[in-house]
Amino acid sequence: MKLITAIIKPFKLDDVREALTEQGIQGLTVTEVKGFGRQKGHTELYRGAEYVVDFLPKLKIEIGVADENVNQVIEAITRTANTGKIGDGKIFVTTLEQTIRIRTGETGQDAL
Amino acid sequence: MIVQFYKHALTALFVCLPSLGLADELSGSNTSWILTSTALVLFMTIPGLSLFYAGLVRSKNVLSVLMQCFAITCLASITWVVFGYSMSFSDGGSFNQWMGSITQNFFLSDVSRSSMSGDIPETVFVMFQMTFAVITPALVIGGFAERMKFSAVLWFTILWLAVVYFPVCHWVWGGGWLSDKGALDFAGGLVVHITAGVGALIAAIVLGSRHGFPQTPLPPHNMTMTVTGAGMLWVGWFGFNGGSALAANGDAGMAILVTHISAAVASLTWMTIEWAKYGKPSVLGIVTGMVAGLGSITPASGFVGPMGAIVIGLSAGFICFTATNFMKRTLKIDDSLDVFPVHGVGGIIGTLLAGIFVASQYGGAGLAEGMTIADQFSVQLMAVVAVIIWTAIASYVILKIIDVICGLRVNDEVERNGLDISEHEEKGYNI
Repeated sequence: MKLITAIIKPFKLDDVREALTEQGIQGLTVTEVKGFGRQKGHTELYRGAEYVVDFLPKLKIEIGVADENVNQVIEAITRTANTGKIGDGKIFVTTLEQTIRIRTGETGQDAL
Repeated sequence: MIVQFYKHALTALFVCLPSLGLADELSGSNTSWILTSTALVLFMTIPGLSLFYAGLVRSKNVLSVLMQCFAITCLASITWVVFGYSMSFSDGGSFNQWMGSITQNFFLSDVSRSSMSGDIPETVFVMFQMTFAVITPALVIGGFAERMKFSAVLWFTILWLAVVYFPVCHWVWGGGWLSDKGALDFAGGLVVHITAGVGALIAAIVLGSRHGFPQTPLPPHNMTMTVTGAGMLWVGWFGFNGGSALAANGDAGMAILVTHISAAVASLTWMTIEWAKYGKPSVLGIVTGMVAGLGSITPASGFVGPMGAIVIGLSAGFICFTATNFMKRTLKIDDSLDVFPVHGVGGIIGTLLAGIFVASQYGGAGLAEGMTIADQFSVQLMAVVAVIIWTAIASYVILKIIDVICGLRVNDEVERNGLDISEHEEKGYNI
C-alpha cells in the first residue's frame, strides 16, 4: 500500500476528485495548507506599508492506495490538477505500513 | 460653538440673578436635534470606531480593541459626570482662562431636569458633550494598539481626560483663553482630533514599536469590519458636526453639507493618489481618506461653505496620505492605526484652513468683526501650536506616571500570544 500526498491549487479540487472517483477511489482527506515552491508570492499594501506575502494557499489531498493502482491515481491527479503554470503543485508517494478501518477493524487492502 | 458659548454665558449670568430669570425658552426642535446628535455621536464610538479599529488589528487582538473602546466609553462617561463637565464648562473664577471649576458642578450638582443650556435642556448639552469626551480617548488607542496593558489604558483614560481633554475643551468651548482670542473650532479640530493625534503619537513613541514592525507584515485581519465601521463613522459624523450647531437650523444644515463634501472629496483623493502611486486603489485607502476628510472638516464645519469643503477635502486627502507614508516609511514610528497622520494632521489642516475659508468671499460664515484673514489665521495657528505643545508634554508625563503605577506595555510573551487570550482570557473567534 502507498500513501499518495498531493499538493494542488485549491480551485482544482473538484476536477481531481471527479477523476479519482472514476478510478474507483472511495475516500480521501483534504487539508487547507499554505506553501511556496517556484511560484512567487504577491504584494499587499496597507496604508503605505508594503508586504510581500510568500505563502500561497494550497490544498493537500491524502489517499491510501493499493500498490497496483498507484500509477493510475498519479496519472489522474497529474492530468486534472495541471494548468501548465508555475504553482500546480507536487505529488509525494510514501509507503503505507498499515491501514485499519475503525468501525469494523478490517486491516490492509480491505481497509482502503 | 462660539455664538452658543455666549448664549450659555448669558444664561448662566441670569440664572445667578433669580429675580430676573431670563433663561431661554426651550426650543423643541433644537432639543430634538441635539438628542438625536448625541445618539449619533455615541454610535460613532460604539460600534463605529470600535469596528473600524478592530478590523485593522490582527485577530489575536480583536477583542482587546473592542474591550478598550467599550471600557473607555463607560469610564469616560462617568469621569465626565463626576468632574469632567464641571471642569470643562463651568466658570473657573480666577483660573477661568485655563480651566473651569471642578467643584461647581461636581457630580452635576447644578444640573436639574429644568436647568437650561441656551434653549436646550442642560442635561442634553451635558450628554452631547459627553459623547465627545468619550470618543477622544477612544481615538488615542490606535497609537498603542496591540501592546498596551488594559489597566494602563484605564488609567490613561482618566488622567488624560483630566489633564488634556477637559482643559483644552475649556480653553476652546468653555470660555477659556482660546475662545477669548477668537479661535475657531466648530466641532473639535483642536479639542478632539489634534489632542487625540498628538496623544497617540507620544504613546506610540513612549511604548515603542510592536514586535516585527516595520519588517514583518502586520496586516488587518478583517477589512470588512473596518469598512463597516467607516460607514458608521461617516453617518455618525453628521451628529458630530451638525449637532455642534446646537440648533436645528441652517448652520447645522451647512455643517452637514460641508462635512459630507469633505468626506467624499478626501476619499477619492486618497484613492486616486494610491492608484497612481502604487498601481491599485485599495479599500483601506478610500476609507482612510474618508476619515482624513471628516477629521479635517470638523473644526471648520460651522464656518466654511462648499468651496472651502472641497479645498479642505483635497488637502486632507493629499497631506494626510503623505504624512501616513512619512510616519511609516521614513520615521518608522509605529502609530499602529495612524491616528496622528490622519486625525492629528487632519485636525491641524482643518483648523488652519478654517481661518481662511470662513471669509464670506469663499462662501464662509464671515470673519469676526475687525478680523482679517491673516488675523484669524494667526489665531488658528497659535491655537494649534498651543494645543500640540500642551498635549505632547502632558501625555508624556501621564504615560510615565502610569508606567510607575502599573507598567505600560505587555511583556513579549503576552504580545506574541495576543492580548485577547492573555489580558482577557477570551478568543475573538472560535471557528
